[in-house]
Amino acid sequence: MSAQMLQPAAQPHTAAATPTPAIALERLVKSFDVRPVLRGLSYTLPAGRTLVIFGPNGAGKTTLLRTLATLARPTAGRALVAGLDVVADAGEARRIVGYVGHQPHAYEELTARENLLFFARMYGLRDGAERASKLLERVGLRARANDRVRAFSRGQAQRLALARGIVHDPAVLLLDEPDTGLDQEALALLERLVAERRQRGLATVLTTHHLERGLRLADDALTLVRGRIAYAGAAAALDVAAIERLYAGEPLVNGGAA
Amino acid sequence: MSTQATGARLAWEQFWAIIWKDLRSELRTRQAWMSMGLFALLALVVFNFAFDLRVENLATVGPGALWIAFIFASILGLSRNITVEQDRGPMDRLLVAPVDRAVVYLAKVVGNVIVISVIEAVALPIFAMLYNLPIIQPAIAPILLLGTLGVAAVGTQFAALAANTRARELLTPLLIFPLIVPVVIGAVRATEALLTPIHDDAPWLGLLVAFDVIFLSVSAITFQFVVEE
Repeated sequence: MSAQMLQPAAQPHTAAATPTPAIALERLVKSFDVRPVLRGLSYTLPAGRTLVIFGPNGAGKTTLLRTLATLARPTAGRALVAGLDVVADAGEARRIVGYVGHQPHAYEELTARENLLFFARMYGLRDGAERASKLLERVGLRARANDRVRAFSRGQAQRLALARGIVHDPAVLLLDEPDTGLDQEALALLERLVAERRQRGLATVLTTHHLERGLRLADDALTLVRGRIAYAGAAAALDVAAIERLYAGEPLVNGGAA
Repeated sequence: MSTQATGARLAWEQFWAIIWKDLRSELRTRQAWMSMGLFALLALVVFNFAFDLRVENLATVGPGALWIAFIFASILGLSRNITVEQDRGPMDRLLVAPVDRAVVYLAKVVGNVIVISVIEAVALPIFAMLYNLPIIQPAIAPILLLGTLGVAAVGTQFAALAANTRARELLTPLLIFPLIVPVVIGAVRATEALLTPIHDDAPWLGLLVAFDVIFLSVSAITFQFVVEE
């Protein structure tokens, strides 16, 4: 997929057009009832960077991504995507954000092509049919383009979810454990997708429990433990053992990498 | 050349795309149609045996039986339509897209009206035959349309509200029925007036129009608070 083929949905907010940080968190708090999940996060991801978010179950990774995707409202503080507040500018933010969750959540009674065409229409894309065909080819679903998603395996549905997440070529792509249920071929596809976005200067934020893969894909790393940032910095400065120490609540010594 | 539709044109395209998606899904499964249709037919048959349908009572009892069957059947379909989308997650993905929540709501209402109307189109001739009432006439169309629109307007909003709760099967009808009392009264009385015209009768169609306009407007504005966190 070339940069010429799929232009970003909202050109003024792409990394190429502005040095605005891809994401910015300002004392972000998110609570469910009285239970705080995100406890005052402050962080900035520069434009065009790839960020991996690590954290044990319940650390707040999914909640953070859902907040950035405008699906959850901050309890306090602010979250910005490409300079757009996820609450005040939610409509604009949605144009430039792509979101892929760990569940495919496709329309099961529609075919793969129909799912992509539907979301292309939601983004107002004029060349939806062309994009759908190219994306289906890209994620290896061309042969099943006209099959209903109900008959797909978990991995096939997740491939479709990946295609749907980038149908509008978002300036900021949020991937919440996108490697769940993917086979080796699809994992390679995912890694190529992230690498290509990095080359094109488009930001990607992903969460994963596969620490090595996360470190390999990302420029920057953020480790959340119980809703707080335990580490924010270069991914290259971490290794698996260091992340596991962070999970256990131990401080890093000399950066972290062995 | 622009690659994106914007503004009102985009909203219009999204509106029809959501309706197309819902109807396409229903055409392939026919689950809502099957359950709603069977319920409506069973209700009409049971009422036919249960009520005293002597000739002088027919025009009074018939419209009530007809609308009770339609409304109960509608609730079945309304609840299923929105629950499937919220339960299995696609609604989340739809909400990530730059689509106005009022557009989602109105598209869902229109989709539901179309689905319910198909059931009504099938059940109405059967009702006319069972109850021997001359109900198949052009004037029934606006009554059916306005009554169905009122039920769908309330039902879509509250089915979505209840969808996130554990007791949604209980909550959906509990929330919907009290609110559609004006629709029930208006639709039943308008249908009754169609069968036995009364001079200077109350403007029942006007009541239905007012209810639909008010509820559609309020719900379109508030739907975002129902489906968003």
